[in-house]
Amino acid sequence: MTPSMTADAMAALAGAGVSRRDFVKRSGALIVAFSAARLAGDLDIAPGTVAAQGINGPGSPQLDSWIAIGADGRVTAYTGKCELGHGLFTAQTQLVAEELSVPIGRVQLIQCDTAITPDQGTTSGAQSHPTNFNQSNLALAAATAREALVQMGAKRLGVPAELLTTADGQVVVRDDGSRRVSYGELIGGRTFNLLLNRNARRKPASEWTVLGQPVRRLEIPAMATGQFEYVQNVRVPGMLHGRVVRPPAVGATLNGVDERSLQGLAGIVKVVVRKNFIGVVAEKPWQAEQAVRRLKVTWHEGARLPDQRTFHQHLRSRPTRDTLAVDSGNVDAALAGAATIVRATYLHPYQMHASVGTACAVADVQPGRATIWSATQAVYPLRSTMAMLLGLQPENVRITFRMGPGCYGVNGADTVSYDAALLSQAAGRPVRVQLMRPDEMAWENYGLPFVIDQRAGIDASGTIVCWDYEAWSVSRGGRPGGNAPGNVVTGFLAGFEPAGVAPRSPAPAPAGAYGNGNNTVPSYVTGCIGGMCGGTGTITSERMLSHVIDSPFFTGPLRSPARLQNTFAHESFMDEIAAAVRADPVQYRLRHLRDPRLRDVLTAAASKAGWDSRPSPRTGLRRSGVVTGRGVACVLYEGDNGYCGLVVDVEVNQDTGAVEVRRCVAAMDCGPISNPDGLRNQVEGGIIHGISRALREEVTWNADRVTSIDWRTYRPWYLGDRVPVIESVLINRPDAEAMGAGETSITVTAAAIGNAIFDATGVRVRQIPFTPERVKAALAART
Amino acid sequence: MSVITLTVNGRTHSVDTDPSTPLLYVLSDDLELRGPKFGCGMSQCGCCTVIVNGQAVRSCATPVEKVAGAAITTLEGLGTIENPHPIQQAFIDEQAMQCGFCLSGVIMTAKALLDRTPNATEAQIGQAMSTVLCRCGAHVRMLAAIKRYMQGRRTA
Repeated sequence: MTPSMTADAMAALAGAGVSRRDFVKRSGALIVAFSAARLAGDLDIAPGTVAAQGINGPGSPQLDSWIAIGADGRVTAYTGKCELGHGLFTAQTQLVAEELSVPIGRVQLIQCDTAITPDQGTTSGAQSHPTNFNQSNLALAAATAREALVQMGAKRLGVPAELLTTADGQVVVRDDGSRRVSYGELIGGRTFNLLLNRNARRKPASEWTVLGQPVRRLEIPAMATGQFEYVQNVRVPGMLHGRVVRPPAVGATLNGVDERSLQGLAGIVKVVVRKNFIGVVAEKPWQAEQAVRRLKVTWHEGARLPDQRTFHQHLRSRPTRDTLAVDSGNVDAALAGAATIVRATYLHPYQMHASVGTACAVADVQPGRATIWSATQAVYPLRSTMAMLLGLQPENVRITFRMGPGCYGVNGADTVSYDAALLSQAAGRPVRVQLMRPDEMAWENYGLPFVIDQRAGIDASGTIVCWDYEAWSVSRGGRPGGNAPGNVVTGFLAGFEPAGVAPRSPAPAPAGAYGNGNNTVPSYVTGCIGGMCGGTGTITSERMLSHVIDSPFFTGPLRSPARLQNTFAHESFMDEIAAAVRADPVQYRLRHLRDPRLRDVLTAAASKAGWDSRPSPRTGLRRSGVVTGRGVACVLYEGDNGYCGLVVDVEVNQDTGAVEVRRCVAAMDCGPISNPDGLRNQVEGGIIHGISRALREEVTWNADRVTSIDWRTYRPWYLGDRVPVIESVLINRPDAEAMGAGETSITVTAAAIGNAIFDATGVRVRQIPFTPERVKAALAART
Repeated sequence: MSVITLTVNGRTHSVDTDPSTPLLYVLSDDLELRGPKFGCGMSQCGCCTVIVNGQAVRSCATPVEKVAGAAITTLEGLGTIENPHPIQQAFIDEQAMQCGFCLSGVIMTAKALLDRTPNATEAQIGQAMSTVLCRCGAHVRMLAAIKRYMQGRRTA
């Protein structure tokens, strides 16, 4: 970014030490200390859940932690939710500009830096809009500031506050525009010394002029012209370059490192070993890279991995940790009494984040203190675990966010931050580490594999009377959170243990408030716990039982973690049931849905797509050549965080098994729309990412190691691959709560494609990815 | 180590380096350019693409000694924030990116193609882009931006 910040503030920011106090001192104004509350340990929470991601930190009740106004009227805002490529930086800047009635060019947003921004935990889980755009945190700070400015203006102008308004960074007398006073005159350079006011009046959407507009993303001109500073571009005086040596196989442990093998290589500064962690520091990146290739390392063999071909059976055979999301207690009886029972099993593989650039970080670790430039989604949690790793006090560690390539969850950003820090600590100088492609892909925190068994009972009229879900998935490690550096590979290699799975069977009865953070509960059931029903459907007999086993590989949240896998199974199964009773898939869904907003996105997508009401598969199926079909799916993401209905048209080449998505129509409802073009971009990106994952992506392994370690062995959807026409219907709900939008369309994509393949061919493919081989095999098996 | 002279974005630089060093490292570390990026180091994704004598080249797998004396253009060599090149402007107008990390691959590959083949067909564009990766899924907008740029050239 080339910020509109003043030169003084920029210099203060650049020169800030590890604490907010340093920054305040140097900038000569503005900010006060903020809550020292730490993230609670989260390891007791089921891995993969929203809570386990440690999403929201304590924030700050102090207005001055969020908003500062300079004497020139420029607004500086501080946020703990960072830009990940999804447009949040721009949307948050719009929010501050709107609530404070200043032009967007006069707002400088500072994001995710433990020295100067509030602790907002992790930027993930599509939680940034709910957190910062509803009546809390950043939005509340801006609204509180505006009210305070109006009060100050009332005093200064001698006019009652209710006769004042705000515009263009000034408090103005409503009936006499000539009487006005600027924010700079009222507060410039001084602190508010106020707490956030829960009752501060937000601007209603009807008055918006900046929010709700398709404001162009602020970083894009710099990105398009190669000027933008990613973490990969951070350069620090005296900086060295590091590369790491990961174990060759899962579970392998270090036997020995022969440093003499580097004799004769120029520029080598240090070989660093800490338990099973190995890295080399050199003057130049190429020297470090050649060194890790040449370094002679011997390893003890690791464990044998379960056979990939039978891995889904393996999942069913291990000790499990069991959870019941809902259990009405009468599912077995309802099944026994049903006129028809439909059954199906769905399989999902491990997939990876596979960011387009490998992870990179720069660390400057000095005795007693450290500064880390990192693309982490979680600056404060990383500060805590970094302190554990380095043996420092957290307050002496500064994590400063710089954007990396799109992460889609916990990619290599945290682990490479540890890599850089360990090497810098050993070398005593700043070190930049860039992972090599196989280093990253072989050791990621992969997205979750699943086996999901579904059963539904149908009565004589064709209505579903009970739904029984039983799933097996895995966990190992995850986000490091505030206390578990071993949850990612570097921390583990350096001697910290990853969070594992504590077996627990049978599952305790569901208790507490209903939640559907993992979309374990299908949309068509009532979702009742203790008589309180939070689900979106009508089916009262319901049981959702999940088993988690220990994973041979690290796992972690990957865009729509578990939600995508569950929704694939639910929305495919709903289609199978509709087909079993010869009902139109849209009408049949509506028949079992009671949430009006979910019904709306479904019907809006169908209507825009020109949905032809009829059962699937289509009549007159041809058994060879290229055939076409349509499919539908819908979801309320995380049970409360964004609605999407999606209709896709596909072509299936029955001779090759190749599936091509030709058209997608998505209807989205995420409450009030902050930026319609940003929302469209997220819908489109989610669908393309979803196509790539549905049709191609799968982690592979052999007896002892991961074998999908580059773009040939883990092949995603390239730009030259055909892409569908994508149409978005954006349903704006100005008066509703803000919801997330980044993970919603991807959640329904695989199911909609699978349903369209069925419509086109009459064949149900129940295993992701729908590769040509798998589709061809399914076609060949049809009777 | 040896001194190698490079012409990058119209300026001449002399760098003292191991001649087998990948061009990318010289550009991003010795010259501190931000456009070309490390994606895979294996010519599989395109993030490091630069234009050398009119051809799109993967700088991660090009030893610097091979391009001594050649005219090298990086993403920042096309235009500036204030005055972007028309193809950069097309990407800005279409808001054709999310994280933007892949843009050297997308823009430089498309530009090299369209400089050579101004009326490239959809199939030719698809072929050129078949080894260029965007993981955020901005495909639809990127292809729209490339078409917008093509049309602009025709009417210019």
